[in-house]
Amino acid sequence: MLTLARHEFYRLFISPLAWLILALSLLILAYLFLGHIDYFMQIQGKISAIPGAPGVTELIALPLFSNTATILLLLAPLITMRLIAEEHRNGSLPLLLSAPLSASQIVLGKYLGTLSFFVILLLLVAIMPLSLSVGTALDYTAIASGLFGLFLLAASFTAIGLFLSSLTKQPTIAAISTFSALFLLWIIDWAGNVQQESVLSWLSLLSHFQPILQGDIHSKDIAYYLIIILFFLALTVHRLNAQRFN
Amino acid sequence: MTSPLLSAKSLSRYYGPQLAVNQLDFEVYKGEVLGFLGPNGAGKSTSMKMLSGNLAPSQGEISINGYDLLSQPKQAKAHIGYLPEQPPLYKELSVIEFLSFCARINSIPSANRRKAVNTAIERCGLGDVSKRLISHLSKGYQQRVGIAQAIIHTPAVIILDEPTSGLDPIQIREIRQLIKDIAREHSVILSTHILPEVQMLCDRVKIINQGSLVFNDSTEVLQQHMQSSSLILTLESPPTIERLNQIHGVTAVTALSNTRFNIQYQPQYNPTPSILESAVSEQWQLTALSPEQHSLEDVFMNIIQQEPSEHIGQAH
Repeated sequence: MLTLARHEFYRLFISPLAWLILALSLLILAYLFLGHIDYFMQIQGKISAIPGAPGVTELIALPLFSNTATILLLLAPLITMRLIAEEHRNGSLPLLLSAPLSASQIVLGKYLGTLSFFVILLLLVAIMPLSLSVGTALDYTAIASGLFGLFLLAASFTAIGLFLSSLTKQPTIAAISTFSALFLLWIIDWAGNVQQESVLSWLSLLSHFQPILQGDIHSKDIAYYLIIILFFLALTVHRLNAQRFN
Repeated sequence: MTSPLLSAKSLSRYYGPQLAVNQLDFEVYKGEVLGFLGPNGAGKSTSMKMLSGNLAPSQGEISINGYDLLSQPKQAKAHIGYLPEQPPLYKELSVIEFLSFCARINSIPSANRRKAVNTAIERCGLGDVSKRLISHLSKGYQQRVGIAQAIIHTPAVIILDEPTSGLDPIQIREIRQLIKDIAREHSVILSTHILPEVQMLCDRVKIINQGSLVFNDSTEVLQQHMQSSSLILTLESPPTIERLNQIHGVTAVTALSNTRFNIQYQPQYNPTPSILESAVSEQWQLTALSPEQHSLEDVFMNIIQQEPSEHIGQAH
């Protein structure tokens, strides 16, 4: 399983895709980061007098993490699309299927390998706000909580992407369907009354992310992400097993 | 007789309502090469996929080295190496990287891994290209990498699905030689639709047509099918056809050209000695005499074509 994870991770990084995605997303985020700093500098004078006013972390790190979440939404389909779809297309899946590996080992291996890519991306993003610690005091707990939220988000994106990639032979179709699924889960509570606790808002990936980003970690939000992750991983395992019967 | 390394009993496979493989029995013993022949679409690849655990059979059971493929898939799969029609390669990796990965997923302990990779590279003649990316290799070499992948964990049975398809004649010869070498240490199931390949490589032959087994015997028996009761004769100063007809046992004479004749005879009376005698005494100037052989293709077509007609009665 770890062999597969390593293999998946390695294959990701010998393709230009992973490097390009890392570079471009960091470029965009760095630009936004500078924008947030700029904004903070402008209003710093006005808010410094107000007691209990938001500090550097709230005004720079958290908006940056919020942007990162959006970027993840756009990136995840590109990274997960090839996972199984491409193996189908290249005919390399039999290699894994005829090796002494169970379907859950294959799925978990691929999942962990891909998730490590997102961990690297998040660590690189985290460097930006942490670099401010040279000049000012930071709320490290808030940053840690934000990163944890992003990690859960990336983990569920990967699980959903992995499953949708197992449904088709075309990586592009996997990417488009993953993007649509993620986006739908992102905005699903926009339709209803946002104030109200409804099923729709419970389903929304975003509504569970916002509290964590604010440092408000509830077990129900963590449970939501775990359910999403396990549900889609289980579906993928089932799908791989079922393919032998089709 | 020792128990077979791989045995499959009444294997059937449906694709929807369509029957692709019908009640196939399979057994491979230690150290033999089993040829699996059939026209395209006969169910060869489907059977291979089932034997390698890539496809679940609709009915029947498969056991490999004593392990049931369906209930103990991990143990059973450790004893098979499989090369599908399209070699399963990660083309962005180099040969060494790819084979090390294969060694890992086949749970070869890390101490033996390097040795296993080197052995596979050496046996498949990949030494010169081991550091190159698989995508840069020719099709013949990619096929070799595919075979290396199948033998790396020294499995008991190796399943090769049309290993020479799409290669040029030189590559085909090399791959066949490689298969011969491999067969010294492993049992091999080889599917193909190229008949000479079977003659060259296999000990036993199974012929499948439309999902059902139509022939199952040794290669010698298949070759006996090829023998026919006719001779080809070349005479520089031939007698009349009537004279040839008078030889004991001859049933028909056809002139192929002025000097070449096809002589058919009753199987129990081979006229070769009398022809030789007469040729000397009557000075026909015999230059060639050879038994005519049916080509394997003819035999194959015969076997395949017999089968449906036998089944028509049962079907209606």
